[in-house]
Amino acid sequence: MHNSSLQQLSAALRSKKISSVELTQLYLDRIAALNPQLNAYITLNPETSLAQAREADARIATGNAEALTGIPIAQKDIFCAQGWRTTCGSKMLHNFVSPYDAHVISQFNNAGAINLGKTNMDEFAMGSSNETSHYGAVKNPWDTARVPGGSSGGTAAAVAARLCAAATGTDTGGSIRQPAALCGISGLKPTYGVCSRYGMIAFASSLDQAGPMGRCAEDLALLLNTMAGFDERDSTSLQRDKEDYARDLAKPLNGLRIGLPKEFFAEGLSSDVAQAVEAAIAEYKKLGATVVDISLPNTRLSIPVYYVLAPAEASSNLSRFDGVRYGYRAPDYGDLADMYEQTRAQGFGEEVKRRIMIGTYVLSHGYYDAYYLQAQKIRRLIAQDFTEAFKQCDVIMGPTSPSTAFKLGEKGDDPVQMYLSDIYTIAVNLAGLPGMSIPCGFGDNNMPVGLQIIGNYFDEARMLNAAHQYQLATDWHSRAPQA
Amino acid sequence: MTWEIVIGLEVHTQLSTNTKIFSGASTAFGAEPNTQADAVSLALPGVLPVLNKGAVERAIKFGLATGSHIAPRSVFARKNYFYPDLPKGYQISQMDLPVVGKGALTIQVPSTGSGQAYEKVVRITRAHLEEDAGKSLHGDFHGMTGIDLNRAGTPLLEIVSEPDMSSAAEAIAYAKALHALVCWIGICDGNMQEGSFRCDVNVSVRKPGAPLGTRREIKNLNSFKFMQQAIDYEVQWQIDTLENGGKIQQATILFNPDTGETRAMRSKEDAHDYRYFPDPDLLPLEISPQWIEEVRATLPELPHTKQARYVNELGLSAYDASVLTSSREMADFFEAALNDVPGQAKICANWMIGEVSAQLNRDGLDMTQCPITAQQLGDLLKRIADGTISNSAAKTVFRTIWLWDKVRNNPPSNLVDFIIERDGLKQVSDAGAIEKIVDEIIAANADKVAEYRSGKDKLFGFFVGLAMKASKGQANPAQLNEVLKKKLAG
Repeated sequence: MHNSSLQQLSAALRSKKISSVELTQLYLDRIAALNPQLNAYITLNPETSLAQAREADARIATGNAEALTGIPIAQKDIFCAQGWRTTCGSKMLHNFVSPYDAHVISQFNNAGAINLGKTNMDEFAMGSSNETSHYGAVKNPWDTARVPGGSSGGTAAAVAARLCAAATGTDTGGSIRQPAALCGISGLKPTYGVCSRYGMIAFASSLDQAGPMGRCAEDLALLLNTMAGFDERDSTSLQRDKEDYARDLAKPLNGLRIGLPKEFFAEGLSSDVAQAVEAAIAEYKKLGATVVDISLPNTRLSIPVYYVLAPAEASSNLSRFDGVRYGYRAPDYGDLADMYEQTRAQGFGEEVKRRIMIGTYVLSHGYYDAYYLQAQKIRRLIAQDFTEAFKQCDVIMGPTSPSTAFKLGEKGDDPVQMYLSDIYTIAVNLAGLPGMSIPCGFGDNNMPVGLQIIGNYFDEARMLNAAHQYQLATDWHSRAPQA
Repeated sequence: MTWEIVIGLEVHTQLSTNTKIFSGASTAFGAEPNTQADAVSLALPGVLPVLNKGAVERAIKFGLATGSHIAPRSVFARKNYFYPDLPKGYQISQMDLPVVGKGALTIQVPSTGSGQAYEKVVRITRAHLEEDAGKSLHGDFHGMTGIDLNRAGTPLLEIVSEPDMSSAAEAIAYAKALHALVCWIGICDGNMQEGSFRCDVNVSVRKPGAPLGTRREIKNLNSFKFMQQAIDYEVQWQIDTLENGGKIQQATILFNPDTGETRAMRSKEDAHDYRYFPDPDLLPLEISPQWIEEVRATLPELPHTKQARYVNELGLSAYDASVLTSSREMADFFEAALNDVPGQAKICANWMIGEVSAQLNRDGLDMTQCPITAQQLGDLLKRIADGTISNSAAKTVFRTIWLWDKVRNNPPSNLVDFIIERDGLKQVSDAGAIEKIVDEIIAANADKVAEYRSGKDKLFGFFVGLAMKASKGQANPAQLNEVLKKKLAG
């Protein structure tokens, strides 16, 4: 049962083969057994989850069930959920119980889904290995000596280890796609503005986007149908008609033009990853797609641009964590300035402090033009690269990450090496485009490899179609790690 | 050697929206601490700002009323600094692209002992939207500071002038004109005690023809009186400092009303680096020409337009017109009263500027608290115009209405006619009755009549007085004069 797709689970619930309470308990039992090893969850509230499951069973009994009613979904601990401790992976919020629901959470609640628990993540979503979490590193279920990727590493590990039916993530520079690739699952970052950011703790507001993570593209479509939609509480939320992201899943891929950016297959890409991705492209050709060589010339600038803009926004977004109103406050301090300094020195981890310092620096008087404004200009050039590319192709494909999952602690001392693991994903956030990662094989250490699919704005349905057709022809997505 | 004074103002006007600039929390003044602090006001993790359109409309109104450029696209920026009453650790404001650009305000500088009154145009540099901070409470909190976030997120329009004012009098005149205007167009309640209109005054001095001197900024003045005192003190302090060979350091200063002195709060050296950058949570504010036209349609007739109309169409003097348009309430009252007696603009203006204003002053009331209604003033003027009562009887009626206890005595629908009737104030215009009174007076004062007839003209007033007294003040004065003249002539 724990290997079933969302559609299978939904059918089982409606036909009363299993109740939501039973299904929720099944996952809670798996979590109890496997989470101590993986550390995928920060907070569990079995009583709350089971109470929701009882309500879902009652709703199913009345015949008013929706696609996700009764299905246990894990939530990245970046989403505020009423009555749930919401830490964002930080000591700063170790005691913060949210008094309100994020838009994404209320969408799931309205659909009757079960909040199974809050998943581990890099502190304030800053990291690519899930090692910056105050609640300890998450282990990759395929090899517990390796990282699951980040920042949505807890979610990726939970989905891969079947510790939930599906889950949510957020992606600022690759935080859905990179861990999805490293854990061998599917993950989608929608077009910026498709999912409301209300109640999602901000890292870099102009880049942050929530998205679904699950076992297959079909599951992602169902999840996105629930997560997406206009929300007047987020001024950057897009006012668009509701769409069915599953509508094109069955379309054949004849004539699909796939763009292969030469910059994604250059120096820095591990050969095992390259092989798996090339094999996937070959599979797509078999499915009727054609391949076009394209160029995204400013790709190499995306990391420096990102590490100016994201920390700039973060340095301001994280100012509210000051020990005054909620969250951590240093136990001993002198005057007001000392209270701020002690609180923030003790409450934030090293990576968060590093980015606050970078961000503060690039916004400082005398540096703003050289860094922040310059980065904004290059950001527009990067977006233009994609606009040009999409004149020649329908989707862009390439590796999600330059390598498979690395060892815990391997890159801990070298932030720049760590930042480079997002080289293929960051440009997508800078452009605001949708991107996804699906499993496409295994590398040298028998670790999963992810294929990245980048679409034009609002082309999620087409990307899901391409992913689903591939998953009909292959079985990488149904491989699961040995428990 | 004289010194030239250079003054510019930055005024924070609290906009009169019911809810905050970026959330639905109430802006009402005086509630229990933190009862108007919603998730956005508290800056809980994950919350986002949503711009209140009402605040934008008020900014547009201000731009229209001052002939200012209204930016088709303006940008909200974050001003970053830490303070306990600033919950997000940044204030959302506007920096490079404000909603309102260059404009102007014409001010009337009143006459002083030595100088004549004059008009001056003060240029407006810009006006931008921003949110207010909360308040620190230093009461008894077990040795700690309390924070009240009710005010956090209240919409402000910060109006910045050019340094066009060259005396305290001009600065006060500008502040008053601005205050009157924002109240007139209904974008601010103008309540200075509650902090709805707060002025920062930039002051510098220089020798005529010299480049601008270094300025010091007096923060947060919330009364015109304090502003006058603060500027006077600061100007003298700067002149004394320079004449004693000192230098002025750029600084932010506070005025202490108890000592009448200004004192430096922080110098330029320890000024914050606010690290402004565009707020990524808010899209640029786009204002279409249609939106501007929609707002223009809701704008009341502006004071200077009204003044011109009063002079040109109603035949009032420039002075009367300016007094009547000193506040929207005054002008509305005048127009409503005049509505009852068309064509009597001059008399109506006299009553407004005379009796009504004088009584309000005497009782320390403002126009909104006026005990007499515009309708009642109109009724009264109508009775003067149709000869029912004399001017002096009208003043009696006016005072009676003023003192009418509205709580205990529910006034009749036409209080003016009721009082005239009840108190017998009707003017006697009956020729026979007046002649009878005059005849009696002449008969009883034969000696005085003889004196008058022998050329002592001054006695005429004596006879008028007697006749008025005999008529209990009700004789039509014009008619009485005529009869007296005729009969005294013999």
